[in-house]
Formats: sequence, C-alpha cells, structure tokens
Amino acid sequence: MTCARVDSGVEVMGHMMKVERFLPSEEAEALLGLTREIADGELAPRASDFEARGEFPREVLRTLGQAGLLGLPYPEEHGGGGQPYEVYLQVLEELAYRWLTMAEAVSVHGLACYPVAAFGSDEQRKRFLPEFLGGELLGAYCLSEPQGGSDAASLAAKAVKDGDEYVVDGVKAWITHAGVADFYNIFCRTGVPGPKGISCLVADADNPGIQPQRRERTMGLTGSPVAQIVFDGARVPADRLVGGEGIGFTIAMSALDSGRLGIAACAVGLSQAALDYAVSYAKDRDQFGQPIIGFQGVGFMLADMATKVSAARATTLAAARLRDAGRPYSMQAAQAKLFATDTAMQVATDAVQILGGYGYVADHPVERWMREAKLLQIVEGTNQIQRMVISRNLARG
Amino acid sequence: MKIVVLVKQVPDSGEERTLRADDKTVDRDAATKRMNELDEHAIEEALKLAEANGGEVTLLTMGPGDATDTIRKALSMGPDKAVHVSDDALHGSCAIATSKVLAAALGKLEWDLVLCGAESTDGGVQALPHMLAERLGVGAVTGARKVTVEGATVTVERQTDEGYEVLQTEGPAIVSVWDTINEPRYPSFKLIMAAKKKPVESFALADLGVSADEVGLANATSQVLEFAPKPPRQAGVKITDEGEGGAKLVEYLASEKFV
Ligand SMILES: Cc1cc2nc3c(=O)[nH]c(=O)nc-3n(C[C@H](O)[C@H](O)[C@H](O)COP(=O)(O)OP(=O)(O)OC[C@H]3O[C@@H](n4cnc5c(N)ncnc54)[C@H](O)[C@@H]3O)c2cc1C
Repeated sequence: MTCARVDSGVEVMGHMMKVERFLPSEEAEALLGLTREIADGELAPRASDFEARGEFPREVLRTLGQAGLLGLPYPEEHGGGGQPYEVYLQVLEELAYRWLTMAEAVSVHGLACYPVAAFGSDEQRKRFLPEFLGGELLGAYCLSEPQGGSDAASLAAKAVKDGDEYVVDGVKAWITHAGVADFYNIFCRTGVPGPKGISCLVADADNPGIQPQRRERTMGLTGSPVAQIVFDGARVPADRLVGGEGIGFTIAMSALDSGRLGIAACAVGLSQAALDYAVSYAKDRDQFGQPIIGFQGVGFMLADMATKVSAARATTLAAARLRDAGRPYSMQAAQAKLFATDTAMQVATDAVQILGGYGYVADHPVERWMREAKLLQIVEGTNQIQRMVISRNLARG
Repeated sequence: MKIVVLVKQVPDSGEERTLRADDKTVDRDAATKRMNELDEHAIEEALKLAEANGGEVTLLTMGPGDATDTIRKALSMGPDKAVHVSDDALHGSCAIATSKVLAAALGKLEWDLVLCGAESTDGGVQALPHMLAERLGVGAVTGARKVTVEGATVTVERQTDEGYEVLQTEGPAIVSVWDTINEPRYPSFKLIMAAKKKPVESFALADLGVSADEVGLANATSQVLEFAPKPPRQAGVKITDEGEGGAKLVEYLASEKFV
C-alpha cells in the first residue's frame, strides 16, 4: 500500500521523567511513588484527547481526590495530608509533567481551601475543611473581574448585609472551575474603596444567585473550564464570612503567595516534560547523517533548557522551604513564579524549535505545551506584577 | 465475613523475562518485581465484598523475603493484615507443593472465602485454586467475571470463550477471578502510611507442619528440561497496493488465521 504520509521516523513514546529528588521523609517517597503511579496510569494516557475535545476530566480528578492528593498541604486533623509545601509542590510537578490541566486544578483547589484553612474560625475549619479536603469536592477562587485583574484592590463586586445573610452582586472574570466547582471563594466589597473594604465569603455552588456564564475559548488548557460568573443577588449566610469584614484583601494576597508556588511547580513540571521530549527527539532524529543532538546549535539549546529547568526547580523548592520553616517567603514566591513560568515559556518554545515542523503540529505534544506555558505567565499575578512585588520588597528591605 | 486473598510477587510481565541458567527456575531478579496483575482484581473484589457485608480481608503470600514489598503494596489497597510464608527450602516448588503449603497456611487461618487471580503471569498453571479446594475439601468456582455472596451461597459468573456460565457453591469456597471482574482501586496516601503499621505474620515450613522434602526444586513433580529464548521478531510483511492490495491483505490475514 502506498503511504499517504511519511513521519519524522522518530517516535517519542512514554519518555520518563529523570529527576533526582531529595525528599525529606520516607512518607514523601511513598507519596511521590503513588503520584507517579496514578499520573502514569490515569493522566498521561488521557491528556491530549481531553485537551483536544475541551473536556474537563472531573472523574480523573476524583481519582486523585480518593488517593488523598487534593488536600496535601493542609493539617491531618482537618482531613489533609499534613505535607510540607516542599513535598506538595513536587507532587504538583509530577502531575504537571503528565497533564497541566490536572496539576492546575489541584493547585487552584488548594488555593480555594486556603482562606478557610488559614483565616477561618475554629468552627469554620471544623465545619468545612473535612469536606473541602476530602477529595470529592472541588473549589474555585473568584478574585479577578472584567475591568480589573492586576489591580485586584479595585474590585467592584459588592456584598451587602441583610439580616443574617450577605447579598452579593457583581461579575467575576476568568474563574477556573466555573460551573464545575462545588464551592466558591468570593472576594467582594463590603466597605470603603480600596483594599480595606474587601471581604471574603465562601459559598456553595448550588446557589441560584451564582450564575456561571459561557466557557471562554482559551488558547491552552482547553480541558479546564474558565468563565465569568455573574452574582445576581446571591444570598450567602453571614457565617460564611471568612476572617471578618475588611480583611479580604489580606486573605487574597496571602493565598496568592502560596498559590504562586503552586503555579511555579506546575511550570517546572511542564518545562521538564518539554525538555525530556526534546532530548529524546534530538537523539533519534537524524539530519546530515547524524542525530541532531550532535549539532552544537541544538545541543547547546538543550543544555540551556536543562539548566534553566534545574534552576527553576531549585528556586521554587527554596521558597517552599522558607514557607515550611515559617519564615517570610512572599518575595521568594514571586521570584519562583516569575522565573519558573518564564522558563516554561522559553523551554516549551525551544522544544517546538527542536522538533522543527513536527513541533508545530498536534501529532506531538510540544505545540500544546507551548500554548499552555503562556497561561502560567499570566495567572495568579502576571509576571509584570511579580516583578512589582519583588521590586517593592527590595525597596522596602 | 472473613476473606483471604492469595497474592504472588512475579517478575513484571511487561518486561523481558527469563529462566535462570543454573536451575531453570523463573529468574525472579531478571525483571522488576510486582504483584501478579490478576491478584489486584482479587483484592479489589475482596475489599468490595467486605465493604458490603462487613468483614476482614487477609492476604496470604508464599514467596522469598523480598515479597514483603508486594505485601506492603497490596496492603496499601486496604486489606487488614497479611501472612507471609517464606522458607529457603521452598525455592523451585511445583504447583502441587505450593498448594500443599498454601493449604497448610489456610488451615491456620479463619475464612469463609478465598479469592485469587485466575492465574499468575509467571507460572500460568491455572490449577492452584482447584488443588487447594481438593486439599481443603471445599468448592472451587474459578475464572469468575462476577461474584455475589448471599449468606453462605457463593454465585459466580464464570467467563468462557463463548460467554459465561453461572456456578454456585456453598461456602467456604475458593474463587479465582479474571481482570474483567472489576477495576482495581489505587492505594491512597493515607492507606500507604497505614499499611506500614498493619500486622504481617510470618510462617516458615516448620510452623505449617510441612517438611522440606515435600517441597522445593528437588521434589518438584514437574521440571523444566530445556528452554530457549524466543526467536527475534521477524520483519513485517509489506503489501504494495497495485489494485488488489485489499485481497492480498485478506489472504495474509487468513493464512495467519486472524480471520
Ligand atoms: C485561563 C485563566 C484562568 C484564570 N483563573 C483565574 C481564577 O481562577 N481566579 C481569578 O481570580 N482569576 C483568574 N484568572 C485571571 C488572571 O489572574 C488575570 O487575568 C491576571 O491577573 C491579569 O489580569 P487582567 O487579565 O485583567 O490583565 P490586566 O491587569 O489588565 O493587565 C494587562 C497587562 O498590563 C500589565 N500590567 C498591569 N498592571 C501593571 C503594572 N502595575 N505594572 C506593569 N504592568 C502592568 C499586565 O502585566 C498585563 O501584561 C485567570 C486567567 C486566565 C487567562
């Protein structure tokens, strides 16, 4: 039979993540082993299909939840995994290596659990955390608005107290898990303009006043649903106010310090995947009678990619260790997010270059990774905002 | 309801496996060691039955010292405890001797049901459940794709080439399962940690009242006389389509009895 199409002749199948990890405990080793087993068995085989169809893998996420991966950095007494950030981030990295949408989902869920875990009353923690961390429920974090993402303190959605309820009106934008989440953190204005008038409410999704809109048509992470949410007189019980009126902005920024580390870890996983793929390909692809990795132009590119990925991982884990030790880590988290996500963009772009024409088509995952990497430079504070955080810290110090 | 699940550590069937040059037994170090795949399905079924009816799940394995890795892994799916039969004299035991040892171990345990995989990927004998049933004087219903337990009655759908047969026996009984029966669960992080603390009881041959001259390679009822590596893969057949490519394809498939 005549072949309609001749491929590069290089098959890059099941390339393995070759990362040497120094984990702090036997428990962490076991956790990473479990993560790899599930990620290889359930995530890797599905990623490209689900992304192509734009389908959110809710059931796969449930499998991660049942394995205990949706509450790792939270205390065991509330149903979490009691893991240090250093370990949790390496789990995220392994997930992102196979499927960024899933790693981002775990990270966003972790972010959505943060306000109650860190600022909630004892009563709220006891009441909500076992369910939030139990693996069945999925959370979303509603801070950004159509007219303001970077300038979050200018948010306009408002909540007005009416008896023992708040009535929420406004529009949130770009909400990951809109329409599939079981609970929403809502940052809304209860007082004066600016950061001091903002509060945080945690609401159940089955509220007629919470109305997710049409899904955005995103450039990457097409499996992950993102949409605006209209709050139309949504009534939220007043005992769902987290940490008191007026401290919502403090909560949001504190949550983002942690969340940024999650995004950095996602970026490291994605970069490692792109690097490993490009290396395998460059070893097998012959031009001018030899593997292209032997050409300095390609080999040095790979060397730079590998160096940046290692540096991104080290920076991310160093910031995590500060957090685990209870020290300030806000600037280091911003640095990790900035460096790791810029690295992901660069490495994914270079991986496409190394595959040449084959990198530009959907038969290989590198073009998808390149589209996915872009998001990481935008969410949880654009990389311009990270530089702002870092330079302000420098100015203050 | 008390359930015992038989679990075996085998060389990974996805890797290149071989026999040992010296005594022609399975080379257990040639490939990554893992739990026999079908045993995961047996454990899953046991856990489901115990969850539905209340009860306890115990693992039973016969294997070298390093089979503890497989035991821990299996425990992390959720069973309560494990029994490990290990003795240097067991090396090279045939299926009949293995059934003698496992029957002796089962004699020391309390159970209503024994579950196991329909075969192991290294031995592939498929006879162990029947041998055990014979020795223990209980019913064996094998090759199940579905198991239900009502009171003492055990009903299985036994998978056949054409479809399935429904078999029934009164417990205690031995049931072997195929992979069509269920989708095994992953361990959870908490269960992995808990598994490290679950009791694993060890038995040597002497504890079971089996003597060393009844088991092992020297007393095996079957023996590997000779073995050869499988021939290297042949180059594929290429059919060039010059108008009758379809017919040629069918001809080839028919000659290989694929159609
Ligand atoms: C797929 C996706 C998922 C998301 N998920 C969520 C979510 O779950 N929850 C949520 O709350 N938000 C979410 N976001 C929103 C995201 O956090 C914002 O898009 C981001 O913070 C940027 O806000 P913006 O889009 O309004 O851009 P703008 O703030 O308008 O920024 C536009 C440009 O101006 C630059 N800029 C702005 N201010 C400055 C400054 N001071 N100095 C220098 N440059 C500046 C920015 O860096 C950017 O390049 C998501 C976004 C996307 C695309």
